[in-house]
Amino acid sequence: MIRRTLMGAALALAIPAAALAQAAKPNDAQIAHIAYTAGAIDVAAGKQAVAKSHNKDVLAFANEMVRDHTAVNDQALALVKKLGVTPQDNPTSQSLQAGAKAKLAELAKLNGKAFDKAYVENEVAYHKTVNGALSGTLIPSAQNAELKSLLQTGLKLFTEHQHHAEMLAAKLK
Amino acid sequence: MRRRAVRSLAALVAALGGALALASCGKPAPATYTVTIANMAFGPAPDGLRVGDTIEWVNADIFQHSATAKDGSFDADLPPHAHARTVLKKAGQIDVYCRYHPGMSGRLAVAS
Repeated sequence: MIRRTLMGAALALAIPAAALAQAAKPNDAQIAHIAYTAGAIDVAAGKQAVAKSHNKDVLAFANEMVRDHTAVNDQALALVKKLGVTPQDNPTSQSLQAGAKAKLAELAKLNGKAFDKAYVENEVAYHKTVNGALSGTLIPSAQNAELKSLLQTGLKLFTEHQHHAEMLAAKLK
Repeated sequence: MRRRAVRSLAALVAALGGALALASCGKPAPATYTVTIANMAFGPAPDGLRVGDTIEWVNADIFQHSATAKDGSFDADLPPHAHARTVLKKAGQIDVYCRYHPGMSGRLAVAS
């Protein structure tokens, strides 16, 4: 009992990268949930940055994140509806959400340049993690061709975002 | 009234004919080429581009893009599923990128 609780605590603390790596062979309903959750997290982070930042470049980037990730998620919702799939919650999605909630709270305490730097650095790390999960687990596991294709478009988009975030992080240093 | 309309129509036809005649002697008439952006990438650049030609940029993606010339000669904003036209005003190699996704790039070769 104690051991199980400890293990649960250890899992809850695990960073999303580790959690995503653990999601061996998720099914399409879980993949759709993970992809949607990952997008929604970045939309929330972008909205926080739009509200808090005063830096022109950071604002442009954050607006781009909100716009692009919302577009992919709208497409994902339309696709699951068309396929008659109900996205299925799973430990990976839950771990992503828990990590994102903690990050939002942490960033909420920062202001000005400190916020800009922390937001952009987290965007670099977050997109790296999600891209790793997309190429390593989610895309190879996806069974439905349309879902796979949407994830591949997502990977191209998020890779662009990662480069953009890296450029921005270098500029803010 | 009707006679005047007929007369102005005749003048228009004559003017159009003149313009066509002007265009047909010497250089070929300007052409319009389509470049489609899909899946986060610019489609292939058309061959045989010349100064005066028009590029019709078509954004087939669900994302906002732009077709922006690195040399500043044009900058077309392309909301999802929108299209926009730019006229090529100078000869040479023109590098094009998307302002929102700077890794997306293409190159136009424009002859004078």
